[in-house]
Amino acid sequence: MSSAAPLGAASRWTDEAMQRRVRRRYRSERTFRLVGLAAVGVSVLFLAFLLVTMASKGLGGFVRYEAALPIDFAKTDLFLDPATLRGPDADQLVASADLETAISQAATAAYGPSGATMFGDGAVTDLTRKIVDDPDMLTRPSSLWLPLSSDLDIAAKSDGAASDEKVVAMLRSRSALKMSINTQFLTASDSTDPSSVGVWGALKGSFLTILVTMFLAFPIGVLAAVYLEEFAPRNRWTDAIEVSINNLAAVPSIIFGLLGLAVFLNVMNLPRSAPLVGGMTLALMTMPVIVIAGRNAIKSVPPSIRDAALGVGASKMQVTFHHVLPLALPGILTGTIIGMARALGETAPLLMIGMRAFIAAPPGGITAPATVLPVQIFLWSDEVDRGFVEKTSAAIIVLLLFMLLMNGLAIYLRNRFERRW
Amino acid sequence: MALAGLFITACVAAWLGFSRARRLRAAQHLHSLPSYHGAYAFLWALVPALLLLSAYSMVEPRLVDQAVLATPQGRALPAFDMQRQSILSEAREIARGDREQGFNSESAALAPAIRSAELRYGLIGAAVAMLVAFAGAAFALRRSAAEFRARAGVERWLTILLVTASLIATLTTLGILLSLLFESLRFFRLYPATDFLFGIEWSPQTAIRADQAGSSGAFGSVPLMWGTFFIGAIIAMVVAVPLGLMSAIYLTQYAHPKLRSWLKPTLEILAGVPTVVYGYFAALTVAPVVRDFGLKLGITSASSESALAAGSVMGIMIIPFISSMADDSIAAVPQSMRDGSLAMGATKSETIRKVLIPAALPGVIGGVLLAISRAIGETMIVVMAAGLAANLTANPFASVTTVTAQIVQLLTGDQEFDSAKTLAAFALGLALFIITLVLNLIALQVVRKYREQYE
Repeated sequence: MSSAAPLGAASRWTDEAMQRRVRRRYRSERTFRLVGLAAVGVSVLFLAFLLVTMASKGLGGFVRYEAALPIDFAKTDLFLDPATLRGPDADQLVASADLETAISQAATAAYGPSGATMFGDGAVTDLTRKIVDDPDMLTRPSSLWLPLSSDLDIAAKSDGAASDEKVVAMLRSRSALKMSINTQFLTASDSTDPSSVGVWGALKGSFLTILVTMFLAFPIGVLAAVYLEEFAPRNRWTDAIEVSINNLAAVPSIIFGLLGLAVFLNVMNLPRSAPLVGGMTLALMTMPVIVIAGRNAIKSVPPSIRDAALGVGASKMQVTFHHVLPLALPGILTGTIIGMARALGETAPLLMIGMRAFIAAPPGGITAPATVLPVQIFLWSDEVDRGFVEKTSAAIIVLLLFMLLMNGLAIYLRNRFERRW
Repeated sequence: MALAGLFITACVAAWLGFSRARRLRAAQHLHSLPSYHGAYAFLWALVPALLLLSAYSMVEPRLVDQAVLATPQGRALPAFDMQRQSILSEAREIARGDREQGFNSESAALAPAIRSAELRYGLIGAAVAMLVAFAGAAFALRRSAAEFRARAGVERWLTILLVTASLIATLTTLGILLSLLFESLRFFRLYPATDFLFGIEWSPQTAIRADQAGSSGAFGSVPLMWGTFFIGAIIAMVVAVPLGLMSAIYLTQYAHPKLRSWLKPTLEILAGVPTVVYGYFAALTVAPVVRDFGLKLGITSASSESALAAGSVMGIMIIPFISSMADDSIAAVPQSMRDGSLAMGATKSETIRKVLIPAALPGVIGGVLLAISRAIGETMIVVMAAGLAANLTANPFASVTTVTAQIVQLLTGDQEFDSAKTLAAFALGLALFIITLVLNLIALQVVRKYREQYE
């Protein structure tokens, strides 16, 4: 402060120097405030940027381009008897037939040599379903709409290789191109061809894993919270339990993966890649969160409730389970759902226990090999095929929607049921 | 099967206890409600038998193996342990009908022996468990009388349950520590601990042929520790601390309550986004921008997997964490200090900078330490965006690798469990666990000291 008045001199508000000082102080006040606003703005803008990027890249994954394909099965090498397709194993019969060649023959006939690679695995899956639904189709010439191969799909949506763009332009000029909802993305599982991948297998895996986590972590977490808050004597043992719970909440998630690998897989010999092991690992990770939330919820129930119940002759156990716990339940549930949402988005510990295998069918049970949605995103992000960029972002949208749903539910529960005493 | 039998037994016992107590109530005054008598019988019938059954199910496979090995076909098996084990496990799958036939011709012959042994020992286990269940039920039912305190008995069971539940947390900590220690010790038997701690070369690829270059496999962890520290504690904090602190100040001191009620949850969404999403975003969108920026600055070594891309995205992820910690510690500063400063004529920002922040500093520092421990343990962002080259460099545009990224790298290949490579992952895990534990303990201590100061 070079312009500060000499010590002891009277400072008057009307002084020019004083006025300057005040102005400067107010200016710095405004700057400070603006810097604060900017800090919040940067964070919010980043979030918006992240969401917009994912949406713009991923929304394309929910639609696909289909091309018209006039196909007469009699003129292709396909040999399938419609009569046999009415039996119970029609699925297997059609799957074992060489539909891929039939499609490429028909496409070559309709669109010339570029037609041979026009359709991908997605078209085969689609045609399989169509034939199973209506075996008579095989006997007559028909015109079908089938999904394009991944390269052409990209070319139709944004920009692709020059040769692909040419094919798309040709299809457009014949008005043999249309956009439709990609139902396969929500009903199929992993695949090597981006045109036929889906998230259903991973979603089901996630669902089973979270179910196991909930069945283990919720009861144990709530009971531990009840014990620590209502019954535990203050001694060295309960202190040790408390310290270890607080520390577990801060242990990096990948360490839980190492624990799962060493104990569940190598000592207990449970099946690799299974939702059971994934759920157990995530349960160990989520339990401390539930215990801490549960303790806070139980702590906030006023002592007058306990005193009243004790006063009319309830035992300590009855007070806890008949009065305190029901009143604390909304708070516990809020914490549980937030913990479950975190478990749903967790990737690293599940990589450790082998849930990163390529699995092309939805898991049949909690001991069957499975993958989960975040791991599926990680696996797809490693793929070099350009078609996977869009699918990865689309899967991220699905994952974010689920997170939003769970967090929204938690906020609703908190606002609707939580009481301020 | 055995489970269903136990459950039915327990339900019957519960009904008997309940109805017997109800009959008693008609004649005299009961100490406990009939439902407690029922629950008492239920628990005594179910819990001991269940415990026994679960203990038995751990021993049972060993008993079956012994019985099978004692048969003539079992004695003909090769003495070599691993081969015998693989034949046995194949035979087990055939016996269960999971597969038609195994790679080893002996396994099909063993299957019937396994099936009969499994049936025999399964029946023995189920019979013993049922006996225990009956004994438990009989014991509980015999005690039911008008003055019997069934409620106290049920509550004793419940207390045991509660204690067990809270012990699981401690057991988990113990399990983590023991499994990490155990595997790390095995690693240090293969590779000297001093080389692991102080070595500056990390190249875990043990080659198949001995004469290949770099065949030895070097496990010096210094480059990993530096990379972890560089990304998590330097770059991420350079991004997160100013932004988080200023956000907290703006939200608590300046923002209109209505604006605050919108902005705070929005910021918290940042903490709820799964890390794999951040990782994808960092690798796909941020990393190319950072690389181009580095090239424009004239840094030719700018890599598309840079420490800066991973660290800055990680910093953004940490913002809500720092912000809420700073929020708490600023709110804990006594109102009188604020009022005093304002009354002396200081502006709001002067009060914040010269009074609030210095007073809240210990709490903020504790929060930053917690944030560092979280950033260090973060995995997916660095796996996807930071690369795998173990460079000992301070250039933020270069690729560095971290402890967590290497753990993932070491354990996701197809490796047998005993190789130095997989065991090294556990040694890294142990180091990570200890570092985060120490950071957390220091941070909690700092925060607690600071709270006491103002209470």
